[in-house]
Amino acid sequence: MAFPKICGIETEYGISVRDTSEFNPILTSSLLINAYAKPAFKRVKWDYEEENPLRDARGFERPGAELPAEDETGLVNVILPNGARYYVDHAHPEYSSPECSNPRDVVIWDKAGERILEDSIRSAKEIVPDSQTVLIYKHNSDGKGNSYGCHENYLVDRQTPFPNLVKHLIPFFVSRQVFTGAGKVGVENGADACDYQISQRADFFEVEVGLETTFKRPIINTRDEPHADPEVYRRLHVIVGDANMSEIATYLKVGSTALMLKMIEDDYIADDFALAEPVAAIKAVSHDPSCKQSFKLWDGRSITAVELQWEYLRLAKKYAQENLSDDAITSDVLERWESVLERLERDPMMLSRELDWVAKLSVLEGYRDRDGLSWDHPKLRLVDLQYHDVRRDKGLYHKLQKTGRFETLVSEDEIAFAVDHPPEDTRAYFRGECLRRFSEKIVAASWDALIFDLGDEPLRKVPTLDPTRGTKDRVQALFDRSPDPATLIANLSSS
Amino acid sequence: MAGEQTRKPKPQEEEAVQAEEAKTSQENSADVDDLLDEIDEVLEQNAEEFVRSYVQKGGE
Repeated sequence: MAFPKICGIETEYGISVRDTSEFNPILTSSLLINAYAKPAFKRVKWDYEEENPLRDARGFERPGAELPAEDETGLVNVILPNGARYYVDHAHPEYSSPECSNPRDVVIWDKAGERILEDSIRSAKEIVPDSQTVLIYKHNSDGKGNSYGCHENYLVDRQTPFPNLVKHLIPFFVSRQVFTGAGKVGVENGADACDYQISQRADFFEVEVGLETTFKRPIINTRDEPHADPEVYRRLHVIVGDANMSEIATYLKVGSTALMLKMIEDDYIADDFALAEPVAAIKAVSHDPSCKQSFKLWDGRSITAVELQWEYLRLAKKYAQENLSDDAITSDVLERWESVLERLERDPMMLSRELDWVAKLSVLEGYRDRDGLSWDHPKLRLVDLQYHDVRRDKGLYHKLQKTGRFETLVSEDEIAFAVDHPPEDTRAYFRGECLRRFSEKIVAASWDALIFDLGDEPLRKVPTLDPTRGTKDRVQALFDRSPDPATLIANLSSS
Repeated sequence: MAGEQTRKPKPQEEEAVQAEEAKTSQENSADVDDLLDEIDEVLEQNAEEFVRSYVQKGGE
């Protein structure tokens, strides 16, 4: 039986300062996070002890590679009361959502991240001169060959052979772009020319499987850092996706991928859709907004991305009927998945109210028609960029949404709540509640541990190795019996 | 799949569909004009300079 698909999304945001090219992105990202985080939460350090980004899922550690210097990763790194991690990664502010139990919650806590960045800009305004507004974009490329990621993470059964994940996920990731793409004007990284493409990321993928994330990017990333019991769990680190503004795109991206993973864990997929040339196909799919181009499978058949998605949907519907019949969110994901594929097949432009790449294309086509602009006009590049501005009064996605031209899935109240509260049905609840209640006694925390300093020696480490535990159901009574951190630790030791 | 379920429409139905599509298309283009006007109000000034100076370091 497949494992529960605990999942989350980490996003590196684009950062800039208005009217100056002379800014330091690392310092500006630090300033932004420092301006946002309350002093109580800034004190709590991130605990790196369990991290090793060079451990490979194929079973080895990369020799000779060095971990980043402490001062690069350790610059600013806070844990928020909603269970998320908010920090400087390379030269970007990054928000890693708390662990969620379902795709709808992923949408809510991912959107909460956008609001946190927007709020950070406001807080930073009190520190920086008026002339230097910080600008933040939720996207994946500057249009000049520099890309930064939006990574999904899924809890996977350690027993599932990694080659099975590779085999089924490559064709799935290549084809899912038709609904996960965030849209981009032009090409990068030496790809063949095209005016507009579906994905921001496709041009940057150069190999099928690998450990790297910053160069020679692989369609399947093998980083093996479970942030959980390594005997039981794997964390699949998916680096191939775009950062979505569209709630429906995030929902479908996570929902369909979670269903794929369940089917792979249960060895449900008998078909072999292995692609002849995955790296070429990922670009070919992205470069074809008509969604009509076919590519070759390994066995010689030709198929389009939409046709391949129909195959996966057909399997997922049957699987869900046999195994997940009472799951309302899964039923909803399947219905939307089907409705999106039907329209992609008839005319992708019908999805301008639901998918990022289609909405952006329709605005760009509007400008081209009205102002007679060619595809290389800077105004079109500006529209492409500003679509992703997180400020709700400036971002073009927000403009579409506020004027009733873009559909949403969750309410603004749910998002606002998620800014300060963790999901209740994963271990994020325990982490978030500990921080909210006892932050003055917590010295460090990470995904899988909290470290308390009760004033006496030694420090007390509370491991949280199982992402499915630490839920409200399991720990509410414990918190009720623990008015202070010392009592909490005592109660935990005696239980 | 969607394509398998569509039946062939009768001629008068086709005309009605075409008229409806023409009307929708007019409404759509009016809506696009409104939208572009609204976007123009928030779009950053000096597109060329703005886009040129937006340079990021790679990440991940």
